Amino acid sequence: MTAHLNINNGPLHGLWAITNRELKKWYKNYILLIMSLVQPILWLGLFGKSMNLGSLFSANSLNIPGLDIPKQVLDSISADIMKSTFGTTNYFSFLAAGMLAFIVLFTSMQSGMSIVWDRRLGFLSKLMTTSVPRGNIIVGKALSSVLKSLAQATIVLVIAILLGMQFAPGINALDFLGMYVALFLMSLGLSSLFLMLALRSTSWESQMAIMNLLNLPLLFASNAFYPVKLMPSWLKPIVQVNPISYANDINRQLLLGSPGMNSLWFDFVFLAGFAAVFTAISMYLSWKYLSR
Amino acid sequence: MVDEVSSVKGEYAIEAMGLTRSFGSFVAVDHISFNVKKDEIFGFLGPNGAGKSTTINMLTTLLKPTEGTARVNGYDVVKQASKVRQSIGVVPQEYTADEDLTGWENVVLVGDLYGLPRSFTKQRARELLKMVELTAAADKKVENYSGGMRRRLEIAMGLINQPSVLFLDEPTLGLDVQTKAAIWSYISKLRQQYGMTIMVTTHYLEEADAYCDRIAIIDHGKILKVGSPRELKEAIGGDVVTLSVAGDLEAAKEAVKEILLTDVDDADSVTMRFKVKDASTAVPKLFDALSKRGIKISKMNITEPSMDEVYMEYTGRSLRDEQVSSEEAFQQRATLRRARSR
Repeated sequence: MTAHLNINNGPLHGLWAITNRELKKWYKNYILLIMSLVQPILWLGLFGKSMNLGSLFSANSLNIPGLDIPKQVLDSISADIMKSTFGTTNYFSFLAAGMLAFIVLFTSMQSGMSIVWDRRLGFLSKLMTTSVPRGNIIVGKALSSVLKSLAQATIVLVIAILLGMQFAPGINALDFLGMYVALFLMSLGLSSLFLMLALRSTSWESQMAIMNLLNLPLLFASNAFYPVKLMPSWLKPIVQVNPISYANDINRQLLLGSPGMNSLWFDFVFLAGFAAVFTAISMYLSWKYLSR
Repeated sequence: MVDEVSSVKGEYAIEAMGLTRSFGSFVAVDHISFNVKKDEIFGFLGPNGAGKSTTINMLTTLLKPTEGTARVNGYDVVKQASKVRQSIGVVPQEYTADEDLTGWENVVLVGDLYGLPRSFTKQRARELLKMVELTAAADKKVENYSGGMRRRLEIAMGLINQPSVLFLDEPTLGLDVQTKAAIWSYISKLRQQYGMTIMVTTHYLEEADAYCDRIAIIDHGKILKVGSPRELKEAIGGDVVTLSVAGDLEAAKEAVKEILLTDVDDADSVTMRFKVKDASTAVPKLFDALSKRGIKISKMNITEPSMDEVYMEYTGRSLRDEQVSSEEAFQQRATLRRARSR
C-alpha cells in the first residue's frame, strides 16, 4: 500500500522528529524556561557581585597603621594576585564564564526526566511501535537537550554582559564559536549519560534523586567557582576528570584570555572523547534495553 | 522505499507458530499457534492476565518471544522486526499521545517517525482526523480531550503509515456505551475503506460476538478455541428452545424427539426445553409437524447461547467475575482514571 511512497528508511529517520518534539514542548512552556534561568542569574547577580574579591586588596581595605603604601602599588599588587589566581582581574567575569557550564550542566541533567515521563505517559510505547531506529530515540533526546542548553547558555551570556562581564581584548567570533563547541560537547556527553541512567527507570522521583545527588558535587568538584590550584590535593584528580572543568578551561581561555589548565586542543580532545564515549554507550544501551 | 507489503503472497496476514513468552518462571503465553486471514477482524478474547497483551506485544515486535516464531505480513517478527513495524499500525491499550501537543501535531509526529514524506503525512492526517471526527478539535491540546476523543486520536495515529495490519489492544476499555459503539463503527469502516486486517483484544464478550469475524478464546496463555462467534456457539450445542403446548405434552415431546432427533427435558407440566443446532431452520419444521398432529403451541422462546456460556464452556468459569492481579488492576484503574477524568 505504501509502495509508491518515497519513504525515508535511512538510519537517521525520525531523529529530527524526536528532537523537534522535545524542543516544541520546551519553548511552548515559558514558565519552565524562565524558571530554569533564575538560578544561574541569581548566582551571577548575588554571588558574583557580592563576592567582590578584587576589592580585598584595594587601598581602602588595606590600611596598616604606620605603613603608607601608595594606592597604585596596592592596586597593582591586587591586579597581580587576581590575575595569577583567576586568570583575570575581575572575579565576576571568571564566575560568569563558569556559569555557562553551570546552566549547561543543569539543563543537560534534565534530559533523563523526559524518557521517564515518556515511559509513564505511554509515548515511549508509541515510539517503540514505529519504525524509528532505537538509537535515534536517545540521540534525538540528547540533541534536543543540547540545543536547549546552548540556548540557555546564550541567554546567561547576554545577561552576564549586561551585568558587566569583561572579555579579553581582541576577542573575535571564532572564540565564541569555540565556546559553543565546548559547551556542545559537554552537553552531549552529559545528556547521553543522564538519558542512559533513566533508560529503564519508571520513577521520576529516583531520577530527581540522582540529579540532586550529582549536580552540586559535579559543580563544586570543578573549576566553576574557584581555580583548581587553590583546591586541596585530594580534590584535584576529581576536578581533572570532570568534563565541566574542561569546558570552563576552554571558555576562560577563549573569552577571558586566561592562561589555561591545559592546552586548548587537549581540552577539546578530552571533551570530544567524553561526548563520543557516552553517546556510543547510550545508543548501545538503548538498542539493548528499550526492546525487551 | 518500503517493499511491496501488499504484494506479500499468502492467505494469512498473521501466522503464529508455537509462540511462547515467559517472564522468569511464569509462562505468560504458552506455545500458541493461530492464523489470521487477510482482511478479517480477528478477536482475542480472554480475561486480564490471559496473555492477550503479551501476544500483541510479540506480534508488534515490542517483546521478543522466548520460543516459537510469528510472521506478520510475511515478515518474521524477530529477524525482520523493522519491516514488520513499517507495515503495521498499533493502537496500544494505554494512551500514548503527547498531551502537550495538539491532536494534529501528534498525528504528524507519528508520520515523521515513520519517515513518511511531509506532504503525504499532512494529507493523510487530514483524512484520518476527519474519519475519526476530530477535525474541529485538531488544533486543541490533547490534555483537553475526553477519553473517547483520545481513543479516536490513537486510532488516527495508528493508521498514519497506511498499515495493512492494525493491532488494537482493548480499544474500548473504560469508555461509555455510546463511545464504544462509535469506536467499533470506525473499526468496521476501516476495513471497508482500506481493506485492512484487524486484530483486536478485548475482554468484552458482547463486542467480540458482534464485531469479530473470528475469535480466539485465550486463557492462562493458551488458546482454547478458535472460530466464528456462530461456530463457537454451535459447538456448545446450539440454541435453546423452550416450548409450551396447549394439550398433551408427552405427545408433543415424542414428536419433537422424532423430528429433531434431540433430547427433550421437562420444564414444568406444560413446558419442555430442548437444544437445536440452528433454531431458525428447525422451528418452522417443528411448527408444521406439530400442527399436522393436532398439537397447538401456546408459547415459544428461543435463546441463542451467549458468549458468556461459550466462555464458561471452554474455560470453566465466567468472564464476568474474574479476579485480576493487583498490578493489572492498578494499570487498569490508571487507564480508566485517565479516560474518565477528561
